[in-house]
Amino acid sequence: MAARTDDDIAIIGWSQSPMVRATNKTETQMLLEVITGAVEHTGITRAELDFTCAGSCDYVAGQAFSFVQNIDAIGAWPPKRDSHVEMDGAWALYEAWVRLLMGDVDVALATGSGRSSTADPGTIYPMEMDPYYLAPLGVDAMTFAGLQAQALVERGAVTERQMAEIAARTRRDAKDNPFAQVSGDFDVDVLLAEDYVRSPLRRHDLPPITDGASAVVIARGDKARELCERPVWITGFAHYAEIHYPGLRDLTKAESVTLAGKAAGLDEAPIQVAELQTAFTHEEPLVASALGLGPDVEINPSGGPLAGNPIMSTGLVRIIEAAARIRDGGTHRALAHSTSGPCLQQNLVCVLEGDER
Amino acid sequence: MGHQPCAIVGIGQTHHKSRRWDVSLGGLVREAARRALDDAEMDWDDIDAVVLGKAPDLFEGVMKPELYLTDALGAVGKPMFRVHTAGSVGGSTGIVASHLVESGRHRRVLAVAYQKQSEGNAQFALGSGKGASLGAGGAFAPFMRSYIYRSGAPLDVGPMVAVKDRENALKNPYAHLKIEDISLEKVKASPMMWDPVRYLESCPSSDGACAVVFTDEVGGREAEAAGRAPAWVLASAVRSEPASFPGRDPVRPQGAVDVANDVYQQVGITNPREQIDCAELYVPFSWYEPMWLEAHLIAEPGEGWQMVESGATALDGDFPVNMSGGVLSSNPIGASGLLRFAEAAMQVRGTAGEHQVDGAKVAMAQAYGASAQYFAMWIVGSSLDPYGS
Repeated sequence: MAARTDDDIAIIGWSQSPMVRATNKTETQMLLEVITGAVEHTGITRAELDFTCAGSCDYVAGQAFSFVQNIDAIGAWPPKRDSHVEMDGAWALYEAWVRLLMGDVDVALATGSGRSSTADPGTIYPMEMDPYYLAPLGVDAMTFAGLQAQALVERGAVTERQMAEIAARTRRDAKDNPFAQVSGDFDVDVLLAEDYVRSPLRRHDLPPITDGASAVVIARGDKARELCERPVWITGFAHYAEIHYPGLRDLTKAESVTLAGKAAGLDEAPIQVAELQTAFTHEEPLVASALGLGPDVEINPSGGPLAGNPIMSTGLVRIIEAAARIRDGGTHRALAHSTSGPCLQQNLVCVLEGDER
Repeated sequence: MGHQPCAIVGIGQTHHKSRRWDVSLGGLVREAARRALDDAEMDWDDIDAVVLGKAPDLFEGVMKPELYLTDALGAVGKPMFRVHTAGSVGGSTGIVASHLVESGRHRRVLAVAYQKQSEGNAQFALGSGKGASLGAGGAFAPFMRSYIYRSGAPLDVGPMVAVKDRENALKNPYAHLKIEDISLEKVKASPMMWDPVRYLESCPSSDGACAVVFTDEVGGREAEAAGRAPAWVLASAVRSEPASFPGRDPVRPQGAVDVANDVYQQVGITNPREQIDCAELYVPFSWYEPMWLEAHLIAEPGEGWQMVESGATALDGDFPVNMSGGVLSSNPIGASGLLRFAEAAMQVRGTAGEHQVDGAKVAMAQAYGASAQYFAMWIVGSSLDPYGS
């Protein structure tokens, strides 16, 4: 392993909210708690954050400029170097990481937050499609996922039983995750006896609707070591987009996942754990295969998005869960994945490593 | 490590209008992006990553439009990043794109910002469909009244800014509002909207887009050698502060002061009025010109209006402001910040045509957003060492 330099950037603290179906807190209140949690976890104060970047979505919040209120949770006084992306918090972390690569500031915070309980996702999600040809069809995220799942089943890439097994496995694993919304033991045969929600997807193939937020603190080399006994190094970070129109893509492939994995240096060394933003069961084998993950890689030990899916925070939570596995020991190298858009249109991969021990 | 130099080698914008119903959203952004690529003598394949900026998605009714616009902007198989920092977003978009080059992540980055206000109803969307929107003019009017009270500025200063920006817009082929017979009398005769701001002292609602191509030092030198002058990003900064709390000064927000100090320090500027040749400031309502001249330390507190009154900020003055006609003449909200940043770059490249400031070597641009609480600023130069240090 190459020696870490000051240009290397590490995750040094984090916090996530409990994943719940509906919170009575505002998005700002949720963020207040996780930002406080993350800086306390790091052992610093808000004043030591040189840069902050939030990820959230006006449509999920049901309000224009919804992120403006959230600046109150950051504590941007004196005024802060600050930014916002209308993307998952994983991309907010990407901007924060690029900002630290500039070399003039040392510590940054990224957040992700969303209250999906504010509205009906089935009404909102058609609005992210091409407004002229696709949005008017009113096709929601579940239906697009169903099309992709059907393509994978027809190609023989996955079976409905394997999908149910993924649902059962992740929710069983989620029993050990104190933040999980859906967890427990499920019998695959019982799951398969249920009706389709969108063929071939049954209820167990779908993520829950979740309110939640998360926050991550990162720092440059020397500062990371100064602030943290066991920094989790970001050794690769990349994201790619592919064609918007699902009809113009081979839905049994996820090329931008492969591109992101390669650019993040995934091939350079084996990984032990992968936290994937696979909100629908069939996406897990698709993304795992696009990343070339072998059977020895543990996937979504936290339960993943099937156990809690706080939109706009789900990806950043994957990074937290991967980092936590490294911090807790036993895992040296892990990856986290985030996605956006219909049928995995846009994908991000973050590769994390602990120090040799 | 110090960051790497970043050059601007391509700039494009649309003809801004109330309604660009001749183009889709994809067509609008593509028009600006194609012009920027042509200017850079590049094609879509030459671009490594795209950064998209725009203000609220509710304005057009398209959620996370970077997904749909991936195809139109040639971003398939590339990183596509979406920024939204309220009205300052156009500026932030340029800054994020420049950081991708300066950090060494990418060699050539395309930044695109847009708004197509005619697709929706901004006033409706600002109130989130609840009909409770004060609107930007109503929100900012108390700050402007407070400025007048504090500074003792003569009431004609606002109309003078409006006349100056509208005269500049007549020289800009892309500007939305072109009022040939503009005069102080005409501005003062227009209806009072939000005291002290009259109709002709306010920005329009525009459809429009702006695109900028960024490249590394090698790319900048190549453009220079080929006779296409680059603009070099000498400094950039952002600041945010909460909207409201006891002790906040919304007339001279601390974030506006800090963001200016930050970029001046990066470039080594100690006397901005002397050392900067011209500025594009986000002035959606006339009085914001003197307010920003003061908050950004170009004029002493209470003296910004004197720069307006003396003609210092006119195109032929000693510190020209909003040579393009500014936000008062074209306001595709999400793009408005990037238009400021792009105009500053055009000035130091010497490509601003009839609204060119002779010999401009160092130019600043600024954008602000929400309740005057988000700030983005950069300084660009005709060379990496404009003061020959």
